[in-house]
Amino acid sequence: MDHPALHGHSHEHHTSASGESHGGYGAYGIGFALSVVLTVAAFYPVMVPGTLPHGWLEPTLAVLAIVQIVVHLMFFLHMSTASEQRWNVVAFGFAILVVFILIVGSLFIMHSMAEGMVDPDVPAVPTTGHSDMGSMKGM
Amino acid sequence: MNLLGRMGWSDLAMLESPVIMGAGLFMGLVVVAVLGVITYMKAWKYLWTEWLTSVDHKKIGVMYIIVALIMLLRGFSDAILMRTQQAMAYGGHPGYLPPHHYDQIFTAHGTIMIFFMAMPFMIGLMNIAVPLQIGARDVAFPFLNSFSFWMTAAGAVLVNLSLVLGEFGQTGWLAYPPLSELKFSPGVGVDYYIWSLQLTGLGTLLTGVNFFVTIVKMRAPGMTWMRMPIFTWTILCTAILIMAAFPILTVTFGMLSLDRYLGFHFFTNELGGNQMMYVNLIWAWGHPEVYILILPAFGVFSEVVPTFARKRLFGYNAMVYATVCITFLSFVVWLHHFFTMGSSANVNAFFGITTMIISIPTGVKIFNWLFTMYRGRIQYTSMMLWTMGFMVTFVIGGMTGVMLALPGNDWVLHNSLFLIAHFHNVIIGGVFFGYMAGYTYWFPKATGFKLHEGWAKASFWFWLTGFYVAFMPLYALGFMGMTRRMNHYDNPAWTPFLEVALVGALLVLCGISCQVIGLVVSIRNRHENQDVTGDPWNGRTIEWSTSSPPPFYNFAVLPHIDSLDAFNETKQRGHEARETPVYSDIHMPRNTPAGLFMSVAAGMLGFALIWHIWWLAAISLLAIPVIFIVRSCNDDIDYYVPAAEVARIEALHNARVAKLELTHVA
Repeated sequence: MDHPALHGHSHEHHTSASGESHGGYGAYGIGFALSVVLTVAAFYPVMVPGTLPHGWLEPTLAVLAIVQIVVHLMFFLHMSTASEQRWNVVAFGFAILVVFILIVGSLFIMHSMAEGMVDPDVPAVPTTGHSDMGSMKGM
Repeated sequence: MNLLGRMGWSDLAMLESPVIMGAGLFMGLVVVAVLGVITYMKAWKYLWTEWLTSVDHKKIGVMYIIVALIMLLRGFSDAILMRTQQAMAYGGHPGYLPPHHYDQIFTAHGTIMIFFMAMPFMIGLMNIAVPLQIGARDVAFPFLNSFSFWMTAAGAVLVNLSLVLGEFGQTGWLAYPPLSELKFSPGVGVDYYIWSLQLTGLGTLLTGVNFFVTIVKMRAPGMTWMRMPIFTWTILCTAILIMAAFPILTVTFGMLSLDRYLGFHFFTNELGGNQMMYVNLIWAWGHPEVYILILPAFGVFSEVVPTFARKRLFGYNAMVYATVCITFLSFVVWLHHFFTMGSSANVNAFFGITTMIISIPTGVKIFNWLFTMYRGRIQYTSMMLWTMGFMVTFVIGGMTGVMLALPGNDWVLHNSLFLIAHFHNVIIGGVFFGYMAGYTYWFPKATGFKLHEGWAKASFWFWLTGFYVAFMPLYALGFMGMTRRMNHYDNPAWTPFLEVALVGALLVLCGISCQVIGLVVSIRNRHENQDVTGDPWNGRTIEWSTSSPPPFYNFAVLPHIDSLDAFNETKQRGHEARETPVYSDIHMPRNTPAGLFMSVAAGMLGFALIWHIWWLAAISLLAIPVIFIVRSCNDDIDYYVPAAEVARIEALHNARVAKLELTHVA
């Protein structure tokens, strides 16, 4: 990495880069263990059908994914609410905001569009019995 | 396995038509000539040590702008070709460009002008100005900066390569699927598009990170947020937008690549693909991109107007808040690029209203500049002309934009030449005029001599009139129902308008010629236009307090900032500035070729992926991390400039200034 201390005009200016704090090996160990548990917990219900009641799979995976993100941020990227971490937290908050706008906005847009689409299983024009469109089936 | 992938003799595009052959030969001749001149002047070593491996932000900035100017010529040639074709190709006349070639030209024109002209120009200006404006010695990550530049250069090389080898996309500048999918674009064109933009996009993203950190962490002592020059503020916001938006672009192109290379179905017609998702994602990047381009231009105007009106900027705080508002709002308007895609009235209304709201902070800025000029002692330099041309032109473009922001209107005008006229109105009249003002403004700072004012003014007037003559007819043609990207048309009523537009394009050609001549003349007469003091415009911000060009360490003693427009304040106070400085050792980064090497490898990777040359792809993909690891193992990446050396360089500069003052007295 290049030297963030470039702005210092002499030797005395070597302050630490950006308020980064590094946890000990213990924090990495806990983080690793939690990630493994969370990963297994996500894979197991997918690999073994019937572990969860019908309809629970997707929400469970989503929740596990979010917890996984938080674990990574806390144990591997050492994010905390300490004052020297303020920029990291602000940057993270901004990232969350942008992701939120993008995902919610995309769902808003794409859902509205999907509603406007004609369902291929429901005929646009109600037909009774054999229609003369029969010859177009399979196109 | 074919060693050259899917490449064959038939891919030499030069054999396809005399136009391409001419362009290709010309490009080849220019390259050979440049290489020849460098060899003849024995400049290779100088070039290598002083420029190619440089991590100095000022030199990287200059190289960015050189790339931008070259690509401006390339993109503008495309524009002239299109205008000529459309003026000719009505009724029974096919024109001179077959559709396959014409479609590549309009795709290349848009892609080049946005990604390889406007973006490098903007990044070049911020490289030159921002560290100097905040009193820093370099950017936060100088090696990363060099890497970013070379990635952009690698992308530019790929785009130009497509001219002679293979083809470029025929999809329009955003490569909408399903047209850009393998089924409908089986050639290498879309792959050239994807990989050149992936490379430059990565470079831009890293630049965004670099400048964000630089501005947040490396401001001179005393420079609080509200003492930052407006240009730096706009770059901060641009960096935030880049960091938030460019990953979306990378991912979207990544998904399109998976479709094309590995048979995925994100955006295909069949098997559950959804092209509309591509349109949605690409504009979620694309709209912030518009503001990534325009915010720095606003920043330039905010520097130019106070300097040449001899007044402090009216409404500094309002300017800052307007910039921040635009930054946020630019994330919630993207659907206005596809009102007609079929969303419900609720969705369209939401995005129509946000779009109209974003024009409010922009309007605030226009009034701020106007009030700064009001009762100012305005010097009508070329920079001021670009600014005033911008204010008139951009307001017109903004109003047609609000017209398009009404979903009902948009339904009529979308995809027509009205839209084309609108966005050229804001991009030429806003972005480009701003960059030209910034280019002229900081040119003496970067090079040590001023640009020739006469040619610069001539260029401005040609550009301004050329713009109006070229694009006002397109507004009319939009109302007359002419759609964009037409290779041929049958309505004879359109032809006169298109002929006028061609005349406009030729006027712009005169403007560009004046710029080129002006540059040559200025370089030739550099001893007459020299900027000895480092403050040619009587500037207000601290980049003007150091010499031109600044020493590689920028400031011998880091300035202490105690007000807005700090340098102006210092000059007002007078002699205080002349107290004898105490120099100390300066910590600087060493030059490195690693960024250049990694980008060459990345460029080869892109080339190999385009042509399916898998062995080359594997080698270059491996080379990138290897070069990076080798570079990371090198501990000798920085050094100290001894205080005595600083004193020597500063004494030279002071002697030059003193000599000038003496001649003036005599």
